[in-house]
Amino acid sequence: MKRIATALGVALMALATIQCGGGGDTATEADTIKIGAYLSLTGLTATFGVSTRHGVEMAVDEINAAGGINGRTIEIYFEDTQSKPEEAPSAVNKLIAAHNVSAIIGEIASSRTLAAAPIAQASGVPMVTPGSTNPQVTEVGDYIFRVCYIDPFQGEVLAKFIANSLGATRVAVLRDVKNDYSVGLAQYFTETFESLGGEIVANQAYSEGDADFKAQLTAIRGTDPEVIFVPGYYTESALIVKQARELNLNMPIVGGDGWDSSKLLEIGGDAMENTYFTNHYAADDTTAVVQQFVARYAERFDQSTPDAMAVLGYDAAKILFDAIRRAGSDDRTAIRDALAQTRDFPGVAGVTTIDENRNAKKSAVIIQVKDGALRYYETVNPD
Amino acid sequence: MGEFLQQLMNGLSLGSIYALIALGYTMVYGILRFINFAHGEVFMVGAFVGLWSAPAIADFFGGNLFIAGPVVILLAMVVCSILGVLNERIAYRPLRGKPTIIVLITAIGVSLFYQNFFQSVVGPEPRRFPDLIPQTRVLETDYLIVGSTPLVVIGTAFGLMWLLRFVVLHTKVGTAMRALSFNLQAARLMGINVDRVVAFTFVLGSALAAAAAILFASIYPSVHPLMGLFPGLKAFVAAVLGGIGNLPGAALGGLIIGVTETLVTGYVSATYRDAVAFTILILILLFRPTGLLGSTATEKV
Amino acid sequence: MLRKYWKAATLLGVVLVSLLISQVEGSFNQYIFQIVIYAGINIILAVSLNLINGHTGQFSLGHAGFMAIGAYTAAVLTRDVVGSWGMWIGFPVALIGGGLMAAVAGVVVGIPSLRLRGDYLAIVTLGFGEIIRVIIQNLDFVGGARGFAAIPKLTDFFWVFAIVGLVMWSLSNLVKSTYGKGFLAVRDDEIAAEAMGINTTRYKVTAFVTGAFFAGLAGGLYAHYVTYITPTQFSFILSIEHVMMVIVGGMGSNVGVAFAAVLLTVLKELLKLVPDLLWFLPEWLLRILENRMLLFSILLVVIMILRPQGLFGEGDWVRRWWRKLTGRGRKAEATA
Repeated sequence: MKRIATALGVALMALATIQCGGGGDTATEADTIKIGAYLSLTGLTATFGVSTRHGVEMAVDEINAAGGINGRTIEIYFEDTQSKPEEAPSAVNKLIAAHNVSAIIGEIASSRTLAAAPIAQASGVPMVTPGSTNPQVTEVGDYIFRVCYIDPFQGEVLAKFIANSLGATRVAVLRDVKNDYSVGLAQYFTETFESLGGEIVANQAYSEGDADFKAQLTAIRGTDPEVIFVPGYYTESALIVKQARELNLNMPIVGGDGWDSSKLLEIGGDAMENTYFTNHYAADDTTAVVQQFVARYAERFDQSTPDAMAVLGYDAAKILFDAIRRAGSDDRTAIRDALAQTRDFPGVAGVTTIDENRNAKKSAVIIQVKDGALRYYETVNPD
Repeated sequence: MGEFLQQLMNGLSLGSIYALIALGYTMVYGILRFINFAHGEVFMVGAFVGLWSAPAIADFFGGNLFIAGPVVILLAMVVCSILGVLNERIAYRPLRGKPTIIVLITAIGVSLFYQNFFQSVVGPEPRRFPDLIPQTRVLETDYLIVGSTPLVVIGTAFGLMWLLRFVVLHTKVGTAMRALSFNLQAARLMGINVDRVVAFTFVLGSALAAAAAILFASIYPSVHPLMGLFPGLKAFVAAVLGGIGNLPGAALGGLIIGVTETLVTGYVSATYRDAVAFTILILILLFRPTGLLGSTATEKV
Repeated sequence: MLRKYWKAATLLGVVLVSLLISQVEGSFNQYIFQIVIYAGINIILAVSLNLINGHTGQFSLGHAGFMAIGAYTAAVLTRDVVGSWGMWIGFPVALIGGGLMAAVAGVVVGIPSLRLRGDYLAIVTLGFGEIIRVIIQNLDFVGGARGFAAIPKLTDFFWVFAIVGLVMWSLSNLVKSTYGKGFLAVRDDEIAAEAMGINTTRYKVTAFVTGAFFAGLAGGLYAHYVTYITPTQFSFILSIEHVMMVIVGGMGSNVGVAFAAVLLTVLKELLKLVPDLLWFLPEWLLRILENRMLLFSILLVVIMILRPQGLFGEGDWVRRWWRKLTGRGRKAEATA
């Protein structure tokens, strides 16, 4: 008993020491600005978190190499959410309470951002999410910002793309009911697509982690659609496309930005031909800003091509640094006010303007899979 | 009608895999009276063995899948047999004769261990399983498409089940297994080496799970550390449905669960898919606890 | 007689102290404070599960399901019904509503337990938990898979620890009462208990209903603390974590289980510090050390093989050790 009590006591003291250590730094080290990032560094959607971290790290190193912001360097702390919504609040609490950060970057998945945003809002710490597209996220409060478009816009873009560019009127939807992002995007897509005179001929579902989609696809085949819409994450989407082709469903298959990962082509293989998805940027975009970023990223991270999450992480960090520079201090309220004033910021993933609802107004890119590679297809601008 | 036939085909290929996994559950339960919760994880490891070894083996045989495929299956079966025996030796044997709850918790612990060990060391992201079965269309009409993969899967599964039946009914060790399942103590008194026969049971069950894993990954080519969880649970339900301890019952139960799940997904909604198996389980336990083919046994007082 | 008052006084004291602390909780380190709140909620869950798994000897793997029902019911109540009643009336009504709803589910799950035992019961309760999750996922008015957002943050130190006090007090009184000895009888030998005229059916269902009620309360507290819930949070892994607390604490010892709930909650946070403290280790090793479920699973197997009665022993080990430590009541134990 005594030994256990001692062990527990030591453990608690260790925890307390870390806490004090984190808290005490601020007064002495006035020459740094502390920024926190909570991301899915492990777990099912680990590639999202790791890519974003790469982007954020690049932005931090660049700004510090250039002498920091107003002479103060950026110090960044990463916390892992293990791809679980229930871990996100704890990660953000730790960033605020233990590291006393001035602002927070994160998460990608909307469910995890939604879980953590109320804490940042209550503590008055500005939070910038690089990739959460669910509209509810920024409705949490006036300290929550995003640098990507929202799902109603993405759903609209996809609906117009399928109706106009692909000329389809009969669409089958296959959505992931365990995934809030997928359910939301399917809903916004359906609203716009039906208002354009299209018809949803089948509305099928699957759950994150499933491997067998043949039953749903067979049912979809019976309804004879012209296009299949699969608003999910890359893991299952690639398997869905593969199994669809095995069942002779050779029509175009369309997805959202959840498809963006190098794993998509690895898992899907040849079956991915004749598929399209919305994204935040295209790696083969010929503009100088994109090509420079792609080259720098490849140089730093083992010749890999940055995915959209890396780009958004980079842009989110850059936009945040820009706001801190304009705020002229690491005061949380001042940073918040400066973030809200962001206008026409030239990022890698397009020009960003923060609107009155703290959402980013920016364009979407449509990517086509052709000859085993991701190809830029077209850009859709917001009205 | 065409759509129904296609769904039936989908269901049968899924069901025959469940059946192979269910056999492992049912054999262990028949002899030791406990649910080997870690069986689904042996399945998962089998898929990873295939994932890692298939490219090298295919290369070695010059890309000839007719030889490479069976070799990969055999290798996975051997590795998983060793794993199954190790599990039994390290975690379950020290607890033999203890209350079932304790053995069950241990089995859950072993299962969680494999899941998390693989998540930490190998990584949680899904990987693509290489094609081991030559991809051709055997039958192609407007409504019914039968590829080579499901046929090979169903064929291999039934072949292995037939082999198991032969081992259990017509070999010495099979006879010993049956003796153990009737009465473990009496069998021991008859001079049967109980430890060895139990270990052999784990070998058989784990080998079948490994084969099932290679077949599963060939149809649904995504391999990740949690892939054993749901197939494992559903195969367990299949074993209970057929009458636990009963080999033909497990095979029948597997096919029924596979087909029912596919039909519910295709004609009702996939959102209820994972609830189907559990609902069947609860109903069967409440109304016919001995399962479809199980014999009625009164509980000993 | 004196002891009865002493217990009631302790309960009152806990409630008053919680109230006092809740008045100043804003000034605490919120990260530490969050761990304290989670520890409290986990105590409620573990101790209520202990009634089912520890005292009554049933085996439930579906505690997360009861928690989910309580969380969602309470969240719906504060949103649609009692939202305007204020914290002191509305919130307890919502919590109790969640508890009652979970208790109803407890009846539904408890009934199969009449026919099943051991491993079969474990699988059935696991199945129930999953079915509850699938049903919530399909309910649009609670957000389905998208989750239930914007739940008001009403849970504070007072509510969590007043309920912890209440759970500890009522469950330890229940088990110690003459009526409560029936739970232990059902666990120790069901057939003998039946023969002695104990209505085993009623005891089993009572255990499930009571356990589910408190799990529902805990769910309501959790929902109003995190303010955003999704069905996937209440998966069967969460149930396993609750079982883990009961096992580490020693089945049947309420104080021990509560202690284990705190220990495992703190341990979970401590493991997050591993990369900071042991930065010199290779990354793959850190990933292994960081994975708390990996550690828990090894702990589970080792405990079961070496100390199946729980890490600290079965029954009321806290009192036994306390007596040993102080030398008090040794005589009473010797004669017993």
